[in-house]
Amino acid sequence: MQLDNESRGMFWRSVLSAVRAALRAMLIPLLAVFTAMLTGGVVIALAGGNPIAAYVGLFQGAFGSARALSETAVWSTPYIFAGLAVSLTFRGGLFNIGAEGQLAFGAVAAAWVGYALPEVLGLSLPPIVHLPLAIGAGIVVGAIWAAIPGALKAYTGGHEVINTIMMNYISLNLVSYLLNGPMKDPDPLNVIARTPLIDENARIPPIVEPLRIHWGFPLAFLIACLVWWLLWRTTLGFEIRTVGTNIEAARYAGIRVKRILVLTMALSGALAGLAGAIEVTGLNYRHELGFSIGYGFDAIAIALLGKTHPLGVVLAALLFGAMRNGATRMQFLTQIPVDIISVIQGLILLFVAADRIVRYLYRIRVAEERVVLTRGWGG
Amino acid sequence: MTDEIVLQAKGITKRFPGVLANDRVDFDLCKGEIHALLGENGAGKTTLMNILYGLYRPDAGEIWVNGRQVTLHSPRDSIRLGIGMVHQHFMLVPVFTVTENIMLGAETLHREMGGMPVTGWQRWWQTIQLDVLDRQGVAKKIAELSHQYGLDVDPDAMVGDLPVGIQQRVEIVKALYRQANILILDEPTAVLTPQEAEELFRIMNQLRERGVSIIFITHKLKEVMAVADRITVMRAGRVVGTVTPQATDEAQLASMMVGRNVILTVEKKPTQAGEEVLRVEGLRIRDARGLEAVRGVSFSIRAGEILGIAGVQGNGQTELVEALTGLRLPHAGRILIAGRELEDLSPRAILEAGTAHIPEDRQRHGLVLPYAVADNLVLCTYYQPPFGVRSVLQPKAIDSYAGRLIQDFDIRTPSAYVAASKLSGGNQQKVVVARELSRPIRLLIANQPTRGLDVGSIEYIHREIVAMRDQGIAVLLVSAELDEIMALADRIAVMYRGQIVAEVDAQSARREQIGLWMAGVHD
Ligand SMILES: Nc1ncnc2c1ncn2[C@@H]1O[C@H](COP(=O)(O)OP(=O)(O)OP(=O)(O)O)[C@@H](O)[C@H]1O
Ligand SMILES: [Mg+2]
Repeated sequence: MQLDNESRGMFWRSVLSAVRAALRAMLIPLLAVFTAMLTGGVVIALAGGNPIAAYVGLFQGAFGSARALSETAVWSTPYIFAGLAVSLTFRGGLFNIGAEGQLAFGAVAAAWVGYALPEVLGLSLPPIVHLPLAIGAGIVVGAIWAAIPGALKAYTGGHEVINTIMMNYISLNLVSYLLNGPMKDPDPLNVIARTPLIDENARIPPIVEPLRIHWGFPLAFLIACLVWWLLWRTTLGFEIRTVGTNIEAARYAGIRVKRILVLTMALSGALAGLAGAIEVTGLNYRHELGFSIGYGFDAIAIALLGKTHPLGVVLAALLFGAMRNGATRMQFLTQIPVDIISVIQGLILLFVAADRIVRYLYRIRVAEERVVLTRGWGG
Repeated sequence: MTDEIVLQAKGITKRFPGVLANDRVDFDLCKGEIHALLGENGAGKTTLMNILYGLYRPDAGEIWVNGRQVTLHSPRDSIRLGIGMVHQHFMLVPVFTVTENIMLGAETLHREMGGMPVTGWQRWWQTIQLDVLDRQGVAKKIAELSHQYGLDVDPDAMVGDLPVGIQQRVEIVKALYRQANILILDEPTAVLTPQEAEELFRIMNQLRERGVSIIFITHKLKEVMAVADRITVMRAGRVVGTVTPQATDEAQLASMMVGRNVILTVEKKPTQAGEEVLRVEGLRIRDARGLEAVRGVSFSIRAGEILGIAGVQGNGQTELVEALTGLRLPHAGRILIAGRELEDLSPRAILEAGTAHIPEDRQRHGLVLPYAVADNLVLCTYYQPPFGVRSVLQPKAIDSYAGRLIQDFDIRTPSAYVAASKLSGGNQQKVVVARELSRPIRLLIANQPTRGLDVGSIEYIHREIVAMRDQGIAVLLVSAELDEIMALADRIAVMYRGQIVAEVDAQSARREQIGLWMAGVHD
C-alpha cells in the first residue's frame, strides 16, 4: 500500500514537472504573441482604427460561429502540415525555405492524379484507391522536389537555404506554366489558370455538410503525432536529431550523415506536398494559381513560434489559421484591412526570433544553462 | 604572498535541480598567491568559480573583494573589480587577430551575460571609438603586457592559427588588459602538452611576483605540489580543508579528495598477447589544411596487448586516430582489422567490426551535449537491440542500461535524463568512457581517455582498460601524459612529425630515452 502511494506520488510529480516544463517552453511564444497583438493594436490606433473593435471582430470571425470555427480549421490544416515540414528540417539542422514550392508541386500532382489518371488508365478508380493515389502523388512529388536541395547540400555543400529559394522560383513558374498550358481547365468558359475539377472519387469528404471542414483537419493532428513519434521514438528520428544537434558527433556515432540530410529534406518535402494535396482533395477539388501562395512562408513563422515541436506547431498553426480567417470579418466590421494580420504575424516572428526583447520587457531571467561558458575541458 | 586577503567567499551555497553543487563554501585568496583548488569530478569547483566571476548567482553566502562585500550581477561587475577568468579557447574568435580579440572584450561581455542589453549607447560608442581610433594603441599595450609578464604573443597573429597553449596565453593577456589582478584558471593544463604547461607555470610565477593572485584548478597532483602556495580541497560541494604543499603529499591530497586511499600506480600482469587485431601499413593522412600529417605509419596490435603512442601533441596522433575510426580518409596505406581489409572505411563499418573509440575532444565528437545522459550512453548502439528494435527506440531498455552504467562508472548526475551539458567536465568524460568500454568490442582506440578526470576516476578507468586487455581486447592508447603511457602500455611507439620514430617494449623503456625521441632527438 505504502509503495503504491509512493509510486503514485512519483507519477503525479513527474506529470507536474512535465506540465511545468511545457508551460516554461510556451512562456516566450505566448508573450511574443501577446506583445505582437499589443503592438499591432498601437499600429491600428495610429492608423485611426479602434484596436478593441478590431480584435473583437477578429475573434468573432475566428470563433464566433460554427461556420467561423470550421473556416478556422480549414485555414489551419495546411498550416499544420507545412509547419511540421519546416520544423522537421529545423530539428535536422536544416532550413527548408522551399515548402512553398514543394506544396505547389504536391497540389499539382494530386490534382493531376485526381482529374486525369482515370482517363489515362481508361477506367474509373474507386475512392479507396483514387484518393490515396492522389494524396500519395502529392507526397512523393513534394519529397522528390525537396530531396534535390537536400542532396545538393549533402554531396556538394550547396547551401539548402539558397537552393530551396531558387527552387521556389522554378516550381512557382513551372506550376504557372502547367496551369496556363497543358493542365488548364479546358472548359470553354474558363479564363483562370486552374486545373479541371478532380474526380468525385478523389475527394476527401467534408465532416459535416454544409461546413467546409474536412477530414484533412483531424488527419493533420494525426500526422503531428506521427512526426513526434518519428522524431523521438524511432532510430531514424534519433539520427535526424543527432545530425541536427552535433553533426560531428553524428559522424562519430556512425550515422550516415549525408543520407540523413537528404532524407530529412525528403520527409519535409513529403509533408509540404501533403499540405498541397490535402488542399486539392479536401477543399478546392482542383489546383488554382494563387491558392497556395504564402502557406510555405507562413510555415516558417509557425515552426519558429511552435519551437519546432509538433505540439507547438499545431498550436501556432491554429493561431495563424484563426487570425487569417478572422481577419475578413474584422475588415468587414471595422474597415481595417486584413493586411494588419501580416503585420502582427511579422511582429510575432520578430519577437520569437529576438526573444531577448521579450525577456527584457517581461524581466525573464535567462535560464542558467544558456549562460554557461565553460564549454572547455574544465566543464 | 602576503596575508592581505583580496577575494573571499563566505558560506556560498548553490543548488541546481537535484544537486547541491556548493554547500556553505568558505574560500579565500591572498594577494600574490597561487591557490590551487582540487576536488573530484563534480565536487563544485567550476560552479564556485562561475559564482566568483559573476556568471551564477549564489543561493546564499557572501563575496568579499578587497575587504568590501560585493554583489556580482554579471561578469562585467567582476571584471570591474579586477577579476579575470580564463576558460579554454572557446572564448576567442578564431578569424580575428590577437589584437582584435582583446579589443572585443566589451563586445563579448554582452554575449557572456546571455541576456539583457545592459549598457547604454555610450558604451557602444566607446567600443566603436576604440575600434576605429585605437587599434595601434591596443597593439602597443599588448606588446607591453607581453613583455612585462613574459607572455609572448604576436598581436597580429590570427587566433585560429595559434596552438591551444598560445590561445590560452591570449586569454591571460586579455584578462590582464582589462586590469585583472585576480585570475581564475579553470583546468588550464588539461589541454596543454607538458612543455606548454611548464611555460604556463613560469608565467603564473611571474604574475604572482607582480602581485597577481591566482586560483588554479587542476586534477594533476604533481602540478599542485609544484606551483601552489596553498591548496584547498573540495568534496561533494564542501571544502574539506586547506593545506600547504610543504605539509602534505600526493597520496594525502588524493585521499582528501576522494575520501579513501587511492592507488596511484596500476597493477598489471604480463601481457598474454594473442592474434593480431589491428594492422596498419604505410598509412598516409592529410590534415584539415591538406598538409601531410601522417607520413607512412605502420604498426600492429595483438589481442590482449596495449600499444601506447607517445608523442608531443600535434605530431599526427589526432589524424591517425581519426583515420583508424573512419572520420578521416587516408590517401595511402592499408588498415586491417582482424586480418581483413575493410572495403568500407566509414565510421559505422569500423564500429561494427568491433571498435570502440574514446575521442580526444569529448564535446565535439563524443557527446551530444543537449541530449540526456541516457541518450549519450547509447549514441553508438541506439539502433541495435535491445535499444532499437525494428527501428523503434526502446526507452525502457535505454533507461535501465543507462542506470547501470551511471552506477558502474560512478557518473555524478542527478538522473539519467539530465542533459549532458549540465554535468561537470569530468563526468562528461566518464559518460564517453562508460559508453565505449561497455559494449562488446575487440579493439579499443583511446585518445586521451582520462583527460579532465580526477585521480579516483583515473584509477578506475586505468583498471578497466587493463581488465579489457586481460580479456583479450587490443588497445591503442594515445596520450600526451607520458606517465599514463608508461603505466598502461605493453609496447610504446613514439610519434614525431607524422612518423613512428621508435618502438620499444614498455618494460625496457626508459623515460628519458622516450622523452628524447619525442623531442626528435635520435641516437
Ligand atoms: N548548469 C548546471 N545545471 C545543473 N547542474 C549543474 C550545472 N552546472 C553544474 N552542475 C552540477 O553541479 C555539480 C558541480 O559541478 P562542477 O562543474 O562545479 O564540478 P567540478 O568540480 O568543476 O568538476 P570537474 O572536475 O568534473 O570539472 C555537478 O554535479 C554538476 O552536475
Ligand atoms: Mg570543472
